[in-house]
Amino acid sequence: MIPQAIFFYLFAAVCIASAIMVIASRNPVHSVLFLILAFVNAAGLFVLVGAEFLAMILIVVYVGAVAVLFLFVVMMLDVDFAELRHGFLNYLPVGGLVGIILLIELIFVVVTWIVAPGTPKTIAAPIAGDVSNTQALGLVLYTRYVYFFEAAGMILLVAMIGAIVMTLQHKAGVKRQSIAAQVGRNRSTAIDIVKVKSGQGLP
Amino acid sequence: MIIGLGHYLVVAAVLFTLGIFGIFLNRKNVIVILMSVELILLAVNINLVAFSAFLGTNGDIVGQVYALIVLTVAAAEAAIGLAILVAYYRNRGSIAVEDVNLMKG
Repeated sequence: MIPQAIFFYLFAAVCIASAIMVIASRNPVHSVLFLILAFVNAAGLFVLVGAEFLAMILIVVYVGAVAVLFLFVVMMLDVDFAELRHGFLNYLPVGGLVGIILLIELIFVVVTWIVAPGTPKTIAAPIAGDVSNTQALGLVLYTRYVYFFEAAGMILLVAMIGAIVMTLQHKAGVKRQSIAAQVGRNRSTAIDIVKVKSGQGLP
Repeated sequence: MIIGLGHYLVVAAVLFTLGIFGIFLNRKNVIVILMSVELILLAVNINLVAFSAFLGTNGDIVGQVYALIVLTVAAAEAAIGLAILVAYYRNRGSIAVEDVNLMKG
């Protein structure tokens, strides 16, 4: 139990510290890198709690895809980020007030809750002891929650198409390949037979 | 020294608060606002996974299924948000949030 507690406090402390650096860092590239650190430590928390599959998905999807996407966009846009931080301190009092009130409310919720007596009877799919976490997840994800799974796939498809449609641009004056025109040509449109009289040349 | 549900809930609460705080603090920078939204969704996921592990005697795997769905939505949201950002920057040459009121009636 002691190593588990040590690692919990390590992961939690690094996660929260890097989350603070995400919102307080001057350079957005540093913000993205601290976001990656926060996600990796959250994945460590997931491993501690026994959700290995979600931990690996968190690393693959967030660190591998989303954070790198953020990094691309931050580096691609040539924005004066120092100018964007202007007025940072003006927003500090109201933001801090809202944040502290919210934190106090959440702490009140966390320290005073009790589990309702009927809750253990309402558990939908208890985790079986003899299968791995990935297998247990797959056993319910592809059977009872298959519609949720397909809805998630549709959401990703719509997001992909939306992102492509929004960022694709056709510049005028660029010669593009027209496959229909290439395939649709035949002999009469491709070849022009010219009878040339000898000794005259083409006009 | 036993780590229970309450510990994870406190971590998630602090992360959630930091996300909200980040949105207030970086009112002008859309990229950091999007990152704060990612932090908020991460806090939600920690909550779901913690309840999934500690509910009852053996836990309930459905919380992890739900966390997977939240993860999907978060990835889609990041992709769409950054695409909007790139398209907006291409049109206006700036990503300042104050300027995004052209359609105001």
